[in-house]
Amino acid sequence: MTRIHVPFMTRLVTWLRLFAVQGSWNYEILLGNGIGFCAEPALRLLPGGRGGDKYRRALARQSRYFNAHPYLAAVAVGALTRAELEEVDPAKIERFRTALAGPLGSVGDRLVWSGWLPLCSLLALGAYGVGGSAGLVVALFLIVYNVGHVALRAWGLKVGFSQGTEVAKSLSTPLLRRSPEWIDRAGALLAGIAVPTAVERAVGIGGEVSAVAIGAVLIGGVVLARIPNTSVGWRLALGILSIIVLYAVLA
Amino acid sequence: MSFLEVLPIALLGAVCGLDFVSFPQAMISRPIVGATAGGAILGSPSAGLLIGVVLELLALDTRPFGASRYPEWGTAGVTGGAVFASVGAGRPGGLAVAAFVSLVTAMLSGSSMVLLRKLIGARAAVTRELIEAGSERAVVGLQLFGLTADLLRGFILTLLAVALAVPLARGMVEIWGLPATFSNAAVIGLAGAVAGGSLWKFFTAGTRTGWLFLAGLVIGLGFVAVQ
Repeated sequence: MTRIHVPFMTRLVTWLRLFAVQGSWNYEILLGNGIGFCAEPALRLLPGGRGGDKYRRALARQSRYFNAHPYLAAVAVGALTRAELEEVDPAKIERFRTALAGPLGSVGDRLVWSGWLPLCSLLALGAYGVGGSAGLVVALFLIVYNVGHVALRAWGLKVGFSQGTEVAKSLSTPLLRRSPEWIDRAGALLAGIAVPTAVERAVGIGGEVSAVAIGAVLIGGVVLARIPNTSVGWRLALGILSIIVLYAVLA
Repeated sequence: MSFLEVLPIALLGAVCGLDFVSFPQAMISRPIVGATAGGAILGSPSAGLLIGVVLELLALDTRPFGASRYPEWGTAGVTGGAVFASVGAGRPGGLAVAAFVSLVTAMLSGSSMVLLRKLIGARAAVTRELIEAGSERAVVGLQLFGLTADLLRGFILTLLAVALAVPLARGMVEIWGLPATFSNAAVIGLAGAVAGGSLWKFFTAGTRTGWLFLAGLVIGLGFVAVQ
């Protein structure tokens, strides 16, 4: 096994391509082609260079079926690329690839889609609730969210490149294991603050109307929280909104 | 609205639609961003922000998990911001109609993503032999095809949604039969209830964070009372 140095520019291009890793997401190979697309610049370093036999075999291998959270796909791209450059046995790479997919999907979903994204969204809603301007609310959301987003992609690629097939250890670091728990706590506290304040400012009148709207939020929230299915609330909202619109137009 | 007025909104919708899944997922596709920007293009960022807040509360009910089907909020947010700003933020029914149009757009746009993924899958099947042979051209080509198709999807959807919804919304607001106070409070209260229920489920499931949620609620309600 040979140790390979990946030049800075190749790492940079790979990292930039990671932002488009889901560009060809489809039901056949999911993220697979995106992994090949991101790994491709580094695979040019294989003996024989761009278009060589080893390059083509590695690119084909990396473009097959794969699933992961898009941000943590960076870990897979880094680790798999390093394994290819070290010319690890292809059968071992295939097994490693299969083993990586599950954890990268579940850790990412929990950390980002169920944690970081709603937390940043609540931060923006809270800023609106306490009187923030349009520019402040939008800038706060985009900056805070993307500090986490960009850092996660950069960290993922770095640990992937540096640890190769040993990368599983990095996924069990205390920071990654405990973060969702801390985010849940912050999110729960912020949700309680942000939702009523945002509703109060949005209603914009104060007094009884605001009190009735916030009362409706509390009662409706309790009812909806008891429905076990997720994503049922927005459908219900569309149904109720349709009735309000129809009534107001036809009345 | 003329084509030249709709064009910048459709371009913004294309960028937000692309951001939602394909590139760069920086969350400019969140309704609080897209709707504010959509309203700002028509000269009313504050109207855009208001409908953006309503849609953001509703969007908290959905998570873009892997292959699951979900509404697409990028084009919907831009459409909502543009519709609300164009009907006039102070008009009775404006918020309700804009929220309704946005939710329908989010639903249709979500279905269009399913079609897009099937289209990319069909293209992947056609080029499978080349990809299996390690052709750089085939791999990069499929990626660029997906990105371009998604950009076009967002553009066409926003163009059609705004072109159809703005005159329709203006007509509906003209004959709106409910007081503005009631319809606005109903829409905002509904969105808040959806967000509250969903956030409780997500943040307190399997953890002991319910008391933090309740503590936050006490702080939030206290702030509202002081206001």
